[in-house]
Amino acid sequence: MNAPHQPSYLSATVGIRSWLLTTDHKRIALLYFAGITFFFFIGGIAATLIRLELITPGPTLGSPDFYNRLFTMHGIIMVWFFLIPSIPTTMGNFILPMMIGARDLAFPRLNLASWYLYMAGGLITLAALVLGGLDTGWTFYEPYSTFYATGYLILGVFGIFVSGFSSILTGLNFIVTVHKLRAPGMTWYRLPVFVWSTYATSLILVLATPVLAMTLLMLLAERVLHVGIFSPQLGGDPILFQHMFWFYSHPAVYIMILPSMGVISEVVPVFARKPLFGYTFVVWCSIAIAAIGFLVWGHHMFVAGQALYASLAFSFLSYLVAVPSAIKVFNWVATLHEGWIRFDAPMLYAFGFIGLFTIGGLTGLFLAALAVDVHVTDTYFVVAHFHYIMVGGAVMGFFAGLHYWWPKMTGRLYPDYWARFAAILAFFGFNLTFFPQFILGYLGMPRRYQSYPPEFQVWHVLSSAGASILAAGYALPLFYFAWSILRGPRAPANPWGATGLEWSTRSPPPPENFVETPTVVRAPYQYVQGEPRMQAGDV
Amino acid sequence: MSERAIGFQYATIAQQREASTLGMWAFLATEVLFFGALIAAYLNYRIWFGEEFIAAASLTKVALGTANTAVLLTSSACMAMAVTTFDAGSKRAPIMWLAATAALGLLFVAIKATEWWLEYQEQLVPALNFDLARHGGVAEIFFIFYFCATGLHALHLLIGIGIVTWLAVGIGRGRIEPAGSTTRLVGLYWHFVDIVWIFLFPLIYLAGRTT
Repeated sequence: MNAPHQPSYLSATVGIRSWLLTTDHKRIALLYFAGITFFFFIGGIAATLIRLELITPGPTLGSPDFYNRLFTMHGIIMVWFFLIPSIPTTMGNFILPMMIGARDLAFPRLNLASWYLYMAGGLITLAALVLGGLDTGWTFYEPYSTFYATGYLILGVFGIFVSGFSSILTGLNFIVTVHKLRAPGMTWYRLPVFVWSTYATSLILVLATPVLAMTLLMLLAERVLHVGIFSPQLGGDPILFQHMFWFYSHPAVYIMILPSMGVISEVVPVFARKPLFGYTFVVWCSIAIAAIGFLVWGHHMFVAGQALYASLAFSFLSYLVAVPSAIKVFNWVATLHEGWIRFDAPMLYAFGFIGLFTIGGLTGLFLAALAVDVHVTDTYFVVAHFHYIMVGGAVMGFFAGLHYWWPKMTGRLYPDYWARFAAILAFFGFNLTFFPQFILGYLGMPRRYQSYPPEFQVWHVLSSAGASILAAGYALPLFYFAWSILRGPRAPANPWGATGLEWSTRSPPPPENFVETPTVVRAPYQYVQGEPRMQAGDV
Repeated sequence: MSERAIGFQYATIAQQREASTLGMWAFLATEVLFFGALIAAYLNYRIWFGEEFIAAASLTKVALGTANTAVLLTSSACMAMAVTTFDAGSKRAPIMWLAATAALGLLFVAIKATEWWLEYQEQLVPALNFDLARHGGVAEIFFIFYFCATGLHALHLLIGIGIVTWLAVGIGRGRIEPAGSTTRLVGLYWHFVDIVWIFLFPLIYLAGRTT
């Protein structure tokens, strides 16, 4: 299948222009991979410095102001320039059109423009962080950002504003592609779950991001012109800023986690050799999470002064949004039941996701409960909770997908032993980093503080030790993936014996994805229990 | 933006047309949320400040605003005529209608600029020359929203005028295929900018005018 006279998307054209001006969704996905990886390690360096700083109860590396800028940098980079774009722009861009049998996204040039907007926004914000940083935290709460913040707030916020358009245009592109570019026979209920969850994510991207754009514009107007919108000193309403900020930023959590759930729904059936249990429930739970996710933002404001009845409603709705997430977890577990399970690297990451996401989700219920939330608001309990979702969930899902589709994207295999080792290392490192933070938070350690009472030190040292293991777990793939590209054995078209149209074409795929537009005749995940491989020609 | 070639990712021209149309609707959905956030914040203060906010709203130039509403609605009618005549196969008529659309759009911006000039002279522009002692802090917040909303709307309109002009030139040079969707997409955008104004006009100009 890899005859040299058949060019792949990697070899069809050469030169730097053929990459920077490409409209091929697969090449744009790789451009995004470069950007995402860069920002992931920038944010990771900030995280490393945070954990280093917190080893001692007093100042270790620098002043409290330095620490403020450090965690702000970590939050901004990780949220807006890694987590939100991570899976949709890389694996979504690469795999989604192939999964539905399309030759590209609906608007390829818009797709390239999205990448440039993402990189421009990222570099603008990075410039602000390098010049001296911001000290507001990633949430830019008012009146702090207008009156008291001293850093490069305007530049940093402007970069986020610019990259927001990248999110919107990517979401728009995916929505239209899923609606209009499905291959013959690819009905909605034959779509792989990854397509459904990326579609649900795209709805949030298109409908929530503009609210952030407007909020940031108003924030910039207030900061630059000193006119009253949010600051009480100028007659404004700071709670309004929190409402508008979280109207975007809570759905943004689902932008981060829904694509990972899609990846897990792909990986689990392949390595359990069973059809996905309750396909229709899983896909409609994606839509339900996207929809209900718009109605829970007030749970970030239980102690901020919003009306008690509003808090009650938001508390109830926050419990409600946990239901479709829980249904998904049960479906994955039921898929494993009596499966023919293989423990390849993608599956290990998927197991990591299921366990860590469940812990993150359940502790989210603690925080949705009004009384408990008052006790743990702004403590390390919250920090631990959302890292279980965003790192234990979203990043594990990212690595699961990366290891699953790597042979398809590069046409090379990677050393499975090292990949499994990295997955296990990351799982242990992650738990050692963040589980102590639940305890710290419950004992009363507030977030965003450089100094803490000496009796907390043992938990902080445990957490920092875990962070170094986690860092090793994240650095290892750099090495074996580099080796894979340079020396790795060539990958067959379908190394996992998986169903799905993306596996029916060559690895790496030809520029037009499919030599002939495929026709789909059956639902996804038609694995026969106990049979190690699909039959040739099955899709 | 040329429609001569069908994109290689599409099987038929109809598929391409449907995709472009859905793309425009999705873009407009984004725009609804963009302006919706501003309007929601405005309403928050409208309810919070009540009478003081209405008093500030009475400082707007309701006659000019009403005239502008008529101008913009007429421009939308011209846009609709441009789409209809182009679909009917005419070439001259849509160009004329598009020219009328753009001209009315420019007239709207001119009237809007006149309003802003008058407000500048009355020292109603926050951050430039707002007379806090005369008008009060609540009025300042009202006028921040007024300038943000009408400014962003005018920006959208200017972009629309540019696109309409480009479309008219394109039709004149035969670059726009009748089977394509470009004219309809431009029309959708123009009508959307019109609809934003349909919300802004009563919210800004008519607040409390009935009593």
